[in-house]
Parts: sequence; structure tokens; C-alpha cells
Amino acid sequence: MVPCTGRVEEVVMMKAFENGADGVMVVGCLEGDCHFLEGNLRARRRVERVAALLTDAGIGGERIRMFNLSAGEGSKFAAYAEEMDQHIKKLGPSPINIVRGTPQPVASQGERT
Amino acid sequence: MIVGNAKPLAEILQMIESHQKIIIAGCHGCVTVCRAGGEKEVQILASALRLAREAVKNPLEIREVSLERQCDPEYLETMRPYAGDYQAVVSIGCGAGVQFLAEHFAALPIYPGINTNFIGVTERQGEWAERCQACGDCMLHLTGGICPIARCSKSILHGPCGGSVDGHCEIDKDVPCGWQLIIDRLRALNMMDSYEKLRPMKSWRTSRDGGPRRIVREDLTR
Amino acid sequence: MKAGSNLEKVLAAGHFAVTAECGPPRGADPEQVRKKTPFLKGFIDACNVTDNQTSVVRMSSLAGSMILAENGIEPLMQMVTRDRNRIALQSDVLGASALGVRNLLCLSGDHQTFGDDPEAKNVHDIDSIQLLDLVRMMRDEGKFPSGKELKGAPKLFLGCAVNPFADPYDIRVPRLALKVAAGADFVQTQCIYNIDKFERYMADLRQRGLHEKVAVLAGVTPLKSAGMAKFMKRNVAGMDIPDEVIKRISSVGKKEQPQLGIDMCIELIERLKGVEGVRGVHVMAIEWEEKVEEIVSKAGLLPRP
Repeated sequence: MVPCTGRVEEVVMMKAFENGADGVMVVGCLEGDCHFLEGNLRARRRVERVAALLTDAGIGGERIRMFNLSAGEGSKFAAYAEEMDQHIKKLGPSPINIVRGTPQPVASQGERT
Repeated sequence: MIVGNAKPLAEILQMIESHQKIIIAGCHGCVTVCRAGGEKEVQILASALRLAREAVKNPLEIREVSLERQCDPEYLETMRPYAGDYQAVVSIGCGAGVQFLAEHFAALPIYPGINTNFIGVTERQGEWAERCQACGDCMLHLTGGICPIARCSKSILHGPCGGSVDGHCEIDKDVPCGWQLIIDRLRALNMMDSYEKLRPMKSWRTSRDGGPRRIVREDLTR
Repeated sequence: MKAGSNLEKVLAAGHFAVTAECGPPRGADPEQVRKKTPFLKGFIDACNVTDNQTSVVRMSSLAGSMILAENGIEPLMQMVTRDRNRIALQSDVLGASALGVRNLLCLSGDHQTFGDDPEAKNVHDIDSIQLLDLVRMMRDEGKFPSGKELKGAPKLFLGCAVNPFADPYDIRVPRLALKVAAGADFVQTQCIYNIDKFERYMADLRQRGLHEKVAVLAGVTPLKSAGMAKFMKRNVAGMDIPDEVIKRISSVGKKEQPQLGIDMCIELIERLKGVEGVRGVHVMAIEWEEKVEEIVSKAGLLPRP
């Protein structure tokens, strides 16, 4: 947990992929609503930079996305998480996990029906 | 400061293709300030290289190092105890740092991880611009503190040329005309009377044209 | 006489001089130069031969100059400081003079970003004003800048270019004064369309007494079309084409525009003839050399002395 997406360094996002993440979503406050003025805007630019690096590294820049919502929008958060989950499932496991032979999670009950 | 920027990842990957164990060496000097070769950039580059190599089943082991300065021998020497355990070094210091590493570690291939661009300033966050060409014979006292060698696209000593329009250079509307800047300054400083002085041809001997340069300060050498 | 060129003689005799311009071809075929000569011979006093203008590689200005000379046209060789250092510049000055070139125009040259080879190194060892000073010294003092004596001084009538329409305006006359002090015998101007601004420039120039020290040849370029006018206004740095000029050339149909362009050019020359200090015109009919005779003739400047 960090107090602001402005504190999320590029290397933290990169490490998530090294540690086996298939996708990363960075969720910040609404643009224009940053308690620290422009932390979330900075985060967006960092996400863009990491996306470019991931593309260059052959991992795929589309595996990282930034979302913005306010603290009270629980249902919106759930919707974004669902959207990201679908997006990454469509992309499949990251090349790193394929190389490592990481077992893929079994689809949940809900998805089977 | 000396300003540099990252080389494309693909270019670095190609340089280190045959190695499995490398050092990435950053520098706490100029390239840290211009966000090209400091500690953070070492971490990011290392992570990207590891990911890229693992994805093609050719994993890479990286030691991440940030030296105080790559242009002074005592800091380079801190790498001595472990340098021999690695097959190569990617330096993201400036061109001077890369070369000095190569001189000090004769048995190790040293690769440049950034391009070294110019001597410049931070005009605003994330934006750097050239100010000095290190010609070795400063004439800023004659030109209102603005260098015609570095700031004029043709380095002319009697400007501006006929391509100066609305304060910008003929090569690009985003490039300010160096001579317009000089004249604005000279005028503000009430120094325009020196404008009509014919300047002799500049000696470039003190610049790179005279061959690689060296300064020896007898009072400081031992 | 400093160099004894035809242009120098025409000006010395007090005639209103006429020069034109010929860009060497993008290839090694001398015919491309020769075929332009019938359009120029007898109608002008000297012809500029450009030196890789806009940084586009062309046959060298010295070679182009020699082909003109062989065909009875006096060359006015242009030389830019963009591509050669002082060693090559001095050497080419000597070579040009040895081959009979008697007029030299000293320029810094368009930046190489405009041409075919934007990746080329830009030399600019010296600037155009220092080149004037260098050649003047070689000619008048018979010395190299190193102080060593020349075995045979080059004979060159020295020119420079000015753009009265570039910024900042108030530096334009002082900068010409620098060029005159460095050795300019004559000056050719950027093409004039804004005659009011040019007249103001000439008034400022006269106030400094420069019209008595340097022969001003006013630059003119006939417009081929309204499109050309708009293109130049938009894309050529330091080109001042007033809206009235564009309006006038646009006032007739496309077919009539070339003739109107010629007529406007002739009118302009008539007006320039009356400007004190203007001692000739430099007709830059870009890839339109066949119109030089008509322009010069209708402007009442034929026959040439």
C-alpha cells in the first residue's frame, strides 16, 4: 500500500513482472483530484514509460494499465478489476510465466457456469 | 552538466547478447541529475534486461552498481573486488565514464548504455538544452553571456544570419536564434557598441580540432 | 581596379548593373549549364553560380563558373563557409582566380538540415564576414592569414549578401557595415517584394554613408504563380512577401499569372532604379532563365555596356 500513486516508482512496476505478474493495474485518484497535486498524473506518465519498456523487452506493454477513481467508488473499482482481469486473461500468461512453466490458475466456479 | 539519454533497449540487448553475467554501472554525477544514468535508471534498465532475456530463455544475472563518479579513478576502483566475476559491464555514465571504465578494467568489455549528448542545463523538469561546446577559449564576455558557438546553428561570430525570423533559427521554429538572444542581451546591457567589431578567425586549436585535449596543473600534480 | 572584372568595370563606369543567377545541375552533365547560356549571354554583366544552395548537392560552383566563362558569360562564383574549412576555402580562392574567375560572393550558406544530407558535419570554421576579410587580405596585401606571402595574389571583386527582411531589423545595416569593413565591394540583396521596407533599409544604409562604399544590387525574383508566392512566404526563412503582392498575382487566372509575375518584376525594377544607392539589380529567375532577356529588356536595361 502506498499513500499515492505518485510514490509508485517504475522499478516497482517492473519488479511485479519479474516476480511473475501477468498484468499490473495501477489505480490512482481521479485526475485533478490528487491530494499531492499531481501524483496521479506523474504515475500515468510512469505507467506509459513502463509500458514502452515492457514492449521493448518483449513482455507486452498492454499488460500494464492505469485506472482512476475516487475512494468512494467501490463498485467502479470492482468493475475496473473485472475489466483488467478479462483483459489479461485474453492476453494469456506473460512470456516470463510461460518460460518458467508457472501453473495457470484454474478458472473459478463463476466462470464455469 | 553532461546530458545523456537512454539507448534503445534493443541496442543494449544486442551488445550483451553473448553474456550471461554482467554489471550495470550507474554514476552519481551529471547523468543522475539528467535522469539517464543514476541509481534508479540502473534498477529500471536491469529489470528490463532481465525480463527481456528470461522471455527468450537466456536468463541474465546482473549486479546493479552506482558509482559516486565514473570519471575519477578512486570510485572506479571500488568495483575491483568483484569485477572479475562478471563477463561485461554496461555503463550508463557519460562517454567519459564508459571509456575510463574500459581503461581501468582491461579484461572486461565495457558497453555504453546511454548516448552522451551535450553540456547543458535543465531548462525545466524533464527538459535539457545545450549551452557549451567546450571550445576551450571562452568568449562569453564579448557576447552578453550567450555563446554563439553553441547557440547559433552555424556557430557564426558575426550574426545573426539572414535566416533569423521572429527570434527563431531557420533550421527549426523551436530553436531560438542564438544571435537574436545575444543582441537582446547586449542591448539590455548597453553593450551594443562592440557589435560592429570585426572578430578575427577563431582558433579551434583549443577545441577538439586541435586533437584530444589535456590540462596539467603543476600546482596540483604530485 | 581591384580585380578588373566586367561587373567591376560596369559599376565603376556608373552604369546600372545587371546580374543573374544560374544553379549548377544535379549531375555531371555540362550540357545542363551550356543550354542556359543563350538565355543569359549579352543580357547581363555577370552571372552568379550557386554553391550547393539549400544544401542540395550540385556540380561545384567553380566548375559551373568555368562552363559559363567558356560560353562567354562572366561568372560570379558563390562560396559558402558551410562545407569547407579555411584551408579548403583559401585553396579554392586561389584556384578560382587562377582559372580566371574575377567575382566572388561570400556566404555562410543554408544550414545542411535543408538538403539531401542533413547528417553531414557542418564546418563553419569561419563565417562569411571572416571569409570576406580573408580574401580581401589575400588580394590586397598578397598574404595568407598566416602572414606568409602569396606567389600571385588572387584577383577577385568581392561581394556579400544581405537580407533586409530578416530579424532583428535594426542590426541589418550595422551588419552590412561589418561586411563592408571586412572587404565587400558589392552586395546583393534577398529578393525584394516588400518595397516599402526595402526603401526604409536603403534610407538607413544611406544615413551611414554605406551607399558610397558598397554597390547595392537589389535582388528580384519574378513570381511564376500565386502558389509560388504563398509557398515562399510560408517556407523560406526571411522571405517577406506582403499580402498585396499575393493578392495581385492571385487576381488573374492561372494561365495569366506568369506574365503578370514578369510585369510586376519589371515594375519593381523601374521603381528600384529610382532608389538612391541602388546601383544595379540581381535577377534571380529561378529555373526560368529564358525570361531574363524579357525582364531586362522591358526594364530598359539593354543593351548592356
